[in-house]
Amino acid sequence: MAAEHGPTASEYIVHHLTHFKSATQTSLVDWSVFHVDSLFFSTLLGLLAVFVMARAAARATSGVPGRFQAAVEILVEMVADQAKGIVHSAESRKFVAPVALTVFVWIFLMNAMDLLPLDVLPNIWASIYGAAGHDPHHAYLRVVPTADLNATLGLSLGVLLMCLYYSVKIKGLGHWMHELFTAPFGNHPVLWPINFAMQLIEFVAKTVSHGMRLFGNMYAGELIFMLIALMGAAWTGTFGSGLLWLGGVVAGSIWAIFHILIITLQAFIFMMLTLVYIGQAHESH
Amino acid sequence: MNLNATLFAQLVVFFILAWFTMKFVWPPIMKALDERASKIADGLAAADKAKTDLQLAERRATDELRKARETSNELRAGAERQGAQVLDEARAEAARIVAAARTAAEGEAAVAAQRAKEALRDQVALLAVAGAERILRKEIDAAKHADLLNQLKAEL
Repeated sequence: MAAEHGPTASEYIVHHLTHFKSATQTSLVDWSVFHVDSLFFSTLLGLLAVFVMARAAARATSGVPGRFQAAVEILVEMVADQAKGIVHSAESRKFVAPVALTVFVWIFLMNAMDLLPLDVLPNIWASIYGAAGHDPHHAYLRVVPTADLNATLGLSLGVLLMCLYYSVKIKGLGHWMHELFTAPFGNHPVLWPINFAMQLIEFVAKTVSHGMRLFGNMYAGELIFMLIALMGAAWTGTFGSGLLWLGGVVAGSIWAIFHILIITLQAFIFMMLTLVYIGQAHESH
Repeated sequence: MNLNATLFAQLVVFFILAWFTMKFVWPPIMKALDERASKIADGLAAADKAKTDLQLAERRATDELRKARETSNELRAGAERQGAQVLDEARAEAARIVAAARTAAEGEAAVAAQRAKEALRDQVALLAVAGAERILRKEIDAAKHADLLNQLKAEL
């Protein structure tokens, strides 16, 4: 501690915003690289979510429910009601409603990683990484998978695939193609390319905004947690730095409490948009 | 903000988790919820039926009570009538017995009076003889003057 100088503020933030990845990425898009930390935490939390719910499902009875069962049932009923209101096909709902439930719980858990103290998991990881003989300064770790654009776009891409699947399944390939070229402006040879372009833009905008919205919220939230952590780290023993430290405690509490709302809201919004987009795939223009 | 293969891995994980939820989470919970809903519906219907049954039973009980009251009233009226009759008969019987007793007593009394009268006559005759004896200072033969004495007795 005494021998090394602490990281500067920008070093600290850059370190916290760097993924632990399978290889160094030089270009903006590189399909050969994985973010190991995002995949690890998202898979772990996803498994946790479905196994906890599966546990509730395995013990579900029609008798008087316990608290745990009642909590899971409230969640399931909430999602089932929303799905029923948005997707008007009982056959599709058999898959779409569980998807919505998975998305909600999974994203909620991934978002909730933001509420863990910022340095706990990275420090543990650094000591493991260092013990394994590597340089602990390069033990990068980002614990919030939804603050990784790849994760959120992966989810929204999944929703896009479901939209395309249900468009073809419900409307039939021919009818759907007809719709791609004749909506929204009408059936006229001059309008066909314009319509098709509009449809393409709509699909891209939906998918990108779907993923970007969640990513942006969680990324910004994470960044603010880092800034607040820097306030706390400003403590040097002087009165001014003491005030900063106190400000860090107050701001950290306020932001964490507010973040409880954000993580729930963002998970809910993502779930609702999933249902809405898939519901739109069921409706003919 | 680099795009890389994490995206597709996430996509695959997403569908695996969704499939798992569809297969093992959603159906049992929905089944339990539906079953509970139908159970509650059955319970409510049973409660309604029980309420109707209760009303019927109450109405029947009221009828029975009214009937019992009527019967008891009838019984009481009959008993009162019978009681009065028995009383009347007893009273008449008593009057008859009293009258008979009085008649008997009167007869006895008359006989006794007659007897007493006769006894008195005998004594008066004796007294008269005794008186006469004293007055006359002379012996009187009772047997000799029996006729006279009997005549005197009859006059008393």
